[in-house]
Amino acid sequence: MTMLASYLTLAAVLFCVGLYGVLTKRNAIVVLLCIELMLNAVNLNLIAFSKYGVTPSLTGQIFSLFTMTVAAAEAAVGMAVLIVWYRNRATVNVDEFDELRG
Amino acid sequence: MFNFNIDFSGEFFAFFSLAICAIVGAVLAINFTKVVHIVMSLAFTFVALAGLYILLNAEFVAFVQVLLYVGAVTILMIFGIMMTKHDGEGQEPARPLLETLAAIGCICLFGILFFAIRNADFPTEVAPLPDDNTRAIGLELFSRYAVPFELISVLLTVAFIGAVALAKREEDPQ
Repeated sequence: MTMLASYLTLAAVLFCVGLYGVLTKRNAIVVLLCIELMLNAVNLNLIAFSKYGVTPSLTGQIFSLFTMTVAAAEAAVGMAVLIVWYRNRATVNVDEFDELRG
Repeated sequence: MFNFNIDFSGEFFAFFSLAICAIVGAVLAINFTKVVHIVMSLAFTFVALAGLYILLNAEFVAFVQVLLYVGAVTILMIFGIMMTKHDGEGQEPARPLLETLAAIGCICLFGILFFAIRNADFPTEVAPLPDDNTRAIGLELFSRYAVPFELISVLLTVAFIGAVALAKREEDPQ
């Protein structure tokens, strides 16, 4: 088992744990955090391929920097939506986020 | 299929301990019930991932990871926890069907990914990355990736202005 395969397996484990958290947790803050965990697993893949891939280069690291930036923006906007929601309904339970249900 | 011909070098030992730290943090985060504990154990996972980035010769990304995730995102989530109320935690009725289905789905996804990783043949030779990682990233970022860099700056500015505009308390009508 090469080092690249080990890194990819670790990223797969983290991604699946994060996915389980997103699917089962009810607190919206925890769901946001689990999405961050999934994004981190993808970043680990990008950086592992930037060292051990077919053509090792810095492109993977630069793309992971872009991913982190988008993740930070997503966390900020998600938290703002959450605060507005909490102000209106006094709950952060994702089961009650059904205002837009048809 | 399961021939784990692992060479027990120092790099593998460092990888193994950091990977154990990351997985333990993530699994504990799934099992904790208090939100603050979840945030703390995920911060532990993020620190372990920063260590893995250093192991992968990505020092600059590791520092950005510590600054951005362990610093900014974790603090943002803690502020979010402080501004919302979490009294009824752990008292909701359990949903065994949903949790079982989610667990089966995640394990199936992991099985598929693991099988694909085991069956892929990766290149064995490793070309060295540049030594001064931060300098090389800076040169790339401002020459070859200048346009994406500016675009991502605009995206970040728009997102933060949008977040402020969303969370601003509206004036009372009366």
